[in-house]
Amino acid sequence: MRRLVWALVALLAIVHWDFWYWDDRTLVFGFLPIGLAYQALFSLACGLTWWLAVRFAWPGELEEWAAAGDEAPGGAG
Amino acid sequence: MGGAASLTPLYIVAGYLALLLGLGVVTKRLFRGTSSDYFVAGRSIGAFLLLMSVFGTTMTAFALVGSTAKAYDLGIGVYGLMASSSGLVHSLVFFLVGIRLWAIGKRYGYVTQIQYFRARFESDGFGYLLFPILVALVIPYLLIGLLGAGSVVRGVTAGMFPETFPGVLNPETGRTMFAGAVPPWLTGLVVSGVVLFYIFGGGVRGAAWANAAQTIVFMITGVIAFVLIARELGGLDAASAKVLESSPQHLAREGQIGHLQFLTYGLVPLSVGMFPHLFQHWLTARSAKTFRLTIVCHPIFIMIVWVPCVLIGVWAVGQGIVAPGGNSNAVLGKVVADVLVDPALSGILTAGILAAIMSSLDSQFVCLGTMFTHDVVLQAFGEGRFSDRQKVLMGRAFIVAVVAVTYLFTFFPPPHIFDLAVWCFSGFASLFPLVFASLYWRRATKAGAIASTLVMAATWTVLFYQGMLAGGDPDSDFLVGGMMPVTIIFAASAATLVAVSLMTEPPSPEAVDRYFPTRSDPRRLPA
Repeated sequence: MRRLVWALVALLAIVHWDFWYWDDRTLVFGFLPIGLAYQALFSLACGLTWWLAVRFAWPGELEEWAAAGDEAPGGAG
Repeated sequence: MGGAASLTPLYIVAGYLALLLGLGVVTKRLFRGTSSDYFVAGRSIGAFLLLMSVFGTTMTAFALVGSTAKAYDLGIGVYGLMASSSGLVHSLVFFLVGIRLWAIGKRYGYVTQIQYFRARFESDGFGYLLFPILVALVIPYLLIGLLGAGSVVRGVTAGMFPETFPGVLNPETGRTMFAGAVPPWLTGLVVSGVVLFYIFGGGVRGAAWANAAQTIVFMITGVIAFVLIARELGGLDAASAKVLESSPQHLAREGQIGHLQFLTYGLVPLSVGMFPHLFQHWLTARSAKTFRLTIVCHPIFIMIVWVPCVLIGVWAVGQGIVAPGGNSNAVLGKVVADVLVDPALSGILTAGILAAIMSSLDSQFVCLGTMFTHDVVLQAFGEGRFSDRQKVLMGRAFIVAVVAVTYLFTFFPPPHIFDLAVWCFSGFASLFPLVFASLYWRRATKAGAIASTLVMAATWTVLFYQGMLAGGDPDSDFLVGGMMPVTIIFAASAATLVAVSLMTEPPSPEAVDRYFPTRSDPRRLPA
């Protein structure tokens, strides 16, 4: 599932470039230019994809690792 | 504007600022007096507050005023160019960089980015190189906020005080402009004073609370303004139909935005990975899980704010509204003045715009003080030399100094302030390879980091000079071979980091292991 989530993120990065609507002036629902409607839908798809990411690809181990630290700042070795 | 001299909008704005002062008093009572509470809110901020503060910080005057202006100039393509790409990239950066930096910050007690970079690359000197670059990139960002606030209030208060503020003479036309309007220098003073009051009281916690409140205000006022403007224009369909009749190119992208420009603009949102003020907000999170709501909701919140603003911008074109003085940044104010004749509505929307501006200024103010205290003073004189109270006072003194310098710059405003924002974001975005490599590439070295930062600064300076100072076309984005300049700066910075790192001795495994806690080295995970 983790791989699927990252594949979805990659897919979103690709389909963000909606060259097929570049010169399309159709108004969706009578008022929303189709290029804007597509990109608004893209934003919703991002929200959904990130929901899947936090659900199935969450780096839970980081929390535990962070909580285990009590070292002073700045020291790198 | 009917009732142009009515003081109602000013009363509403003043009432809003008074509420913020009240919030400052409340957060001051909650302030625990420790530097940890002042600088990172005791790492106790919950999911909702983190979402609102991160979103409010990320959305500046650019989001409301600039988005409308750009849509007025370029059409609806602005949304894909700046907003939807940010929805994908910002959350990606929060996920891949933000959570990891939060974990490292919590584990090792870091408060600033520079503390992390100094430790990761085992170099105090690198911190002294990075500090002035980050501060220099934040100052234009502050300038945008103060100029934006001054411009909005001046537009709304025109005619209110003809005797006190007679206006300024335009030498070209011989006519008096902005007669009776509150001048930007006064707005800048008041806005800075209010923000300083509530952040001095509560530090980053005060900023987070104020951000949350202001984010709610500007989102709600934005939606209300959109609904009312649509109604006054005869409905959604009628407003868009007029654009289709008079300026159909604004409803598409052909001829307005180039394909390479669109693609390369996607690098600009990477700037959130290096914003020092956002880094500080990440560190305030109570836990890694706190980030979840921010990651999921951020793209949707961007949509809620940007879609109405973009539509208002293109509708203004359809209505034949002319940008005052040819300045498209004044279009939102002009639409409000021409379409919404009710002074109360005008006041509410002005308060909403100021909310968006101040919700960024506060975080930037706090982070500047934090960086100066931790990355310069404590670094030079030692952690134990000063009491908590002294640390907080030093942070405040530096903030006042930077705000004073920025305030002086407002008397010499650049003609296209939002283009300045894109340059500022481009600088931060081009430092993204540095933070990403530091977290995911063990082979990244101190020399690579230093060389990359210097190359970024040099490339940015050359292109900025060509694009902004040496007579670039002020009415369109400065492009290099059809691409945004960030492409060149980013590529130069990334290539230098990789090349110099590979040519220099790798860092010791002991030093690097501290920052690679997860799957790359599972043995380092706790049992």
